Formats: sequence, C-alpha cells, structure tokens
Amino acid sequence: MSENLDQQEKVAADNQPDLRKPPGPWKIAARKFLRNPYAMISVFVLLFFVIVSFFAPYLTPYDPAKIDLKNSNLPAFSDGHLLGTDELGRDILTRLLYSGRISLTIGFSVALASVIIGTIVGAISGYFGGWIDTVLMRFVDVMYSLPSLFLNILVLAIFGDEFIYMILILSFTSWMGVARLVRGNFLQLREMQYVEAARAIGVPNRSIIFNHLLRNSIHPIIVNATLMVGAAILSESALSYLGLGIQAPQTSWGLMLSNAQEFMLLDPWLAVYPGVCILIVVLAVNFIGDGLQQALNPREKKKHPVRRLNEWRKKFSKSAV
Amino acid sequence: MAEKVLEIRGLTAGFVSDNGFLKAADNISLELKRGETLCVVGESGSGKSVTSLAIMRLLEYAGGIILGGNIVFQGEELTTKSQEEMGKIRGNKIAMIFQDPMSALNPVFTVGDQISESLMIHQGMSKQEAMQEAIKLLGHVGIPAPEIRVKQYPHELSGGMCQRVVIAIALACKPDLLIADEPTTALDVTVQAQILELLKSLQDEFGMSILLITHDMGVASEVADRIAVMYAGTIVEEGTVFDIFDHPSHPYTQGLLNSIPGYETARGSELYTIKGSIPRLGELPGGCRFHPRCPHATDKCRAMEPGTISLSDTHRTACWLYNEEAGVMKQ
Repeated sequence: MSENLDQQEKVAADNQPDLRKPPGPWKIAARKFLRNPYAMISVFVLLFFVIVSFFAPYLTPYDPAKIDLKNSNLPAFSDGHLLGTDELGRDILTRLLYSGRISLTIGFSVALASVIIGTIVGAISGYFGGWIDTVLMRFVDVMYSLPSLFLNILVLAIFGDEFIYMILILSFTSWMGVARLVRGNFLQLREMQYVEAARAIGVPNRSIIFNHLLRNSIHPIIVNATLMVGAAILSESALSYLGLGIQAPQTSWGLMLSNAQEFMLLDPWLAVYPGVCILIVVLAVNFIGDGLQQALNPREKKKHPVRRLNEWRKKFSKSAV
Repeated sequence: MAEKVLEIRGLTAGFVSDNGFLKAADNISLELKRGETLCVVGESGSGKSVTSLAIMRLLEYAGGIILGGNIVFQGEELTTKSQEEMGKIRGNKIAMIFQDPMSALNPVFTVGDQISESLMIHQGMSKQEAMQEAIKLLGHVGIPAPEIRVKQYPHELSGGMCQRVVIAIALACKPDLLIADEPTTALDVTVQAQILELLKSLQDEFGMSILLITHDMGVASEVADRIAVMYAGTIVEEGTVFDIFDHPSHPYTQGLLNSIPGYETARGSELYTIKGSIPRLGELPGGCRFHPRCPHATDKCRAMEPGTISLSDTHRTACWLYNEEAGVMKQ
C-alpha cells in the first residue's frame, strides 16, 4: 500500500518536473520589500547620499577646507556656488558632500560593530543561561546605567578625537540594545526541538549558537542594525556639535551644525542644510528598517483597504451583507 | 546469542525541584541486543523520554541529572563521559528520531543542509560529497525526486516527508543504536504505518538496534521484538511481544491491553479504563506505585515495593501477585 503510494508520487514527480517551485523565504521577503514604496524610495535616497559622498572629489571642484574670505557668506545660487558659501568662504555643497562621507562611514561602522558585539554577547548569554547569563546581563545593565554621552566626551577628551576612537567609543556604548534583543530571542529559540535534534547528531555548542540559532534570529538583528545606523549618525552629530567629534579641517554634518549656530540669526540656512541631510538620511534608514521588518516577518500580510474588502464581499458573498 | 549493544543497569535520573529530587526514572534496567527492537511503553509522565534522553546524555540540557546507575553502550560507559566525548557518539553511533518532525527540523536550513551536517561532522565529508550522500539517503528513506527535495525547506514538505527526512538524518552515519521517541505520534495513521514499515526495512538493512518509545500498544505490537512497560518511573513488566500480549502479568499491562478498543472486549460493551491517573512524581504512593489504581491491591502492595520477579527466561514483572518460584498469580 505504502509502496504503491510512493510509486504514484514518484511517477507524478517524474512526469511533472518542478516547474513551479515555491519561492524560498528570502525570495518572499525580497518581493515584499520591493513592493514597499517607503522602503524603496528610502533605498534610492540613501544610495544617492552614499554615491554622491563617495564621489565627492569628482563632483565638486572645491576643497572643503579651503578658506576664501573674498567670497564669504555668498547666498545660494550665486556664481559657482550652488548653495552659497559660509562665513570663511568655503563652498557649502562641497562641505555637505565631504561631511556625508564621515557621517555615513561612522553611521554604518558603528552599527556594524555594535551589532557584532551585541549579537555575540546576547547569543552566548541567552544560549547558556545560568551564571554566564547573569554576569553578562549585569554587565549590560551597568553599561546601560553609564551616562554614555559623558563617557563619550570623557574618552574623546582623553584619547584625542581621532576618527577611529569615535567609532570605537560609539560602538562600545551602543551594543546593549542588540545584546538584550538577541538574548531574548535565544532564550526562546534554545528550547526548540531542532536544537535538541542538532545536539542529538553531535553538533557542538559553538555551531548551534552561531549557525543554527543565529540564522533563526537574523531578522530582528538586521532590522536593529539598520535602525542603529540612524542612531549612530545622530550621536556623531551630537558629539561633533559639542566640539568633541570630528575636528576641522575634517567636517561632518554635526560639525557643520555646530559651526552654524554662531550665525543662526545672520544666515539660518547654514544650519538648515546639514540638518536636513541628517534628517533625510536617518529617516531613510528608519524607513528601510521598518520595510525590512515587515518584509522579513512572515506574519506580516499584505493589507487590503477596508473599502476594497467590502467591495469584494458584496461581489462574492451569496448571503446579504 | 547476539551481542549486547546497550545495557542499562539501575539507572536513576530526574530533576531537582523545590520539593527535592524527582526521580523520573527510578532504577531502570534494560538491555538491547544487536538488530533487536525494544519498545518502551507507558503513558505520559512514566519516564520513557527521560530514559531515552539519559542514554543520549541530552538530559543535562533539559535540566535533568543522572543520579546513579550505568549505561553501557558497546562496552563503553556513557554516564561518565564528557559532553564533548558524547558529541562524537551522538549522531554517529547513537542517533535519535523525535516526536514532531516539523519542529525537529530547523526551519531556516534546507533539508540537504541538515542531512549533510551530520556527515560533515562525523565523517569529515566535504559539502559536495555530503550533499550527494544526502540525496542518496533521501532516496533511501522513500522520498521521491530527492534531487529536488534536498534543496527545499522543511515547511515545503508534509509531516510524513519531514519524518522521513528526520530518519535520513538519523541514519546518515549508519548508527548502531537508533532511539525513536514516539516517532509516529504526530502523524496520521496511514503515514504512521508507512514510517513503521520504513523503520523495519531499514533495520533489516543496516542491522541496527532500535529503542522505540511509544504510548501506543498497537505500534509496539507491530514492530517490537521485546516490550518494556513503564509506570511512574519504573519498569513494571518486560518480555517478548508474545509474553506481553499473550500473558500480560502485571495488572497495569493487563489494564493497558484491556483499554484498547476491540481487544478482548465485546463490541458494544463499555471500554475498560484504568481508574485514576498516573501519580505526580513528588507524591508517589508508598509500596507498589500502582496500588491505588490496581484492582488486585493487597496490604502487602500498600506496604512494600515489589522486586523484579522472573516468570520465564524472557519475562519479568514487578508485582506481589506472583511467587518467585511458581510464576503464577496468587488469588
């Protein structure tokens, strides 16, 4: 009987090659993401910022740090300076492009570094539990209780405001959220039967954590990572605004904001340009994060408007609505 | 006489709780010969799964501990091994099949990934070799078009197919002992029969021993060579299929068999039930554990726990109703 069934199945499978293979989980997610207008527009906006920042030297003839007092405080759309110049005669558009390089680099590297730290700590903590969990999570609590802005200021004041220190200290003070998230996820995942099944075929703990379970909690981690890019850009702006981050002749959006505040009444546009850049990039990153969240969450279904649902109901229902 | 693959002597295992140590398995002794199928039968909470987890040494991960006894597998003592040493045995020489195939497979890996993993760990195969072998294994466990199936994810397969995949994973390294923890419980009856048939044919082919854990007497009757009946953490009766089904000696076994619809009861008559339910581990009754539910309970049963009594070479029971010598029921 069973062989018979198998035989039938086999014949069916042979006759009918797999023409309509159902899409894999990643394909479904990609399709959902591509159909999300906010996320897709944000992707293009972010790509635009990344590309123009990367190719800044080819897009503008000016040196971002070149002081040209003869042409200072030019208004926007003046000759050769699309967005005008600042109080020292530096081209604002050029400075925005070069600032973007630094702000985006910091944003992405801090997000990457803190997600890596947070994931490792959270995964080990959640998987093993017990005293390891207690120790690591109390460490997270301590890190959370530190006033991170002051810690950042302190470290940058002591070690100098090198670019790399800034990335390190920002990562060091922002991984705890990811750690808690991953730990929570792992606490749930480690009870799954496939974990037991993996142990039953002799898979070592290391591989269970960083292969089996990480793949299962990759979705919230990716989403968190994107949201973190925005947060890191904002932190960088705050530090630079306080005069502790990026130092002249280098420049970042936060630093430009900081410089602009002296001239707020004379030329408010100086503050508006970098402010808008930060706003747009952070907003775009957050939209991408939301889009990813919706795309990667299998429970998130396409929502139809109530009006259309009612129309369908009227059309197809045999009973009166 | 075939060699013993597994020998368990006096295994006591369980969990530490606020009320002290709960012995989920108390003084269990079992043995399993090469190529033999032993069914451990009992209701929920009788300690079947704890016993199987203890053999795999996975009990520690479930929060339990082994308190005493020996587990000897092919002459090697398992209870004193480290988890790393066990990692080399698990999946290689002892494999396990789980109750719910859908949840025993990792949803984010393809079927092929999961089968090849065991091969890569234990036999040092490369990814490509392991994948080729995985395709062969899938064909072996009766999955049609295995070249397509290896690339699919568990949610794309039916429950029966998933269980075949789980069996393929377990058989990847040709283990000497296969522990199947209620392998058919989550499946419907026709698929159940197919899976049992598959297990039997694979056993003949590979010559492995199977320790099958089930609560279904029907399943046990189909595949078992020998049956051990567990109740509240102890083995109350052990014997060949014929011993158990033809001459059930322990009142619990008799009760179990009588409560099968259509088994020795006339059609239309009310189905026999064993009154009460299994005692909680923290509140075991004194004396024989079964006495509050036993129709033949005597004062002796309430006072003292019965030892194991041999009824024949293959048949053992733990009940005061039997004389050591005579092996007959005293009424």
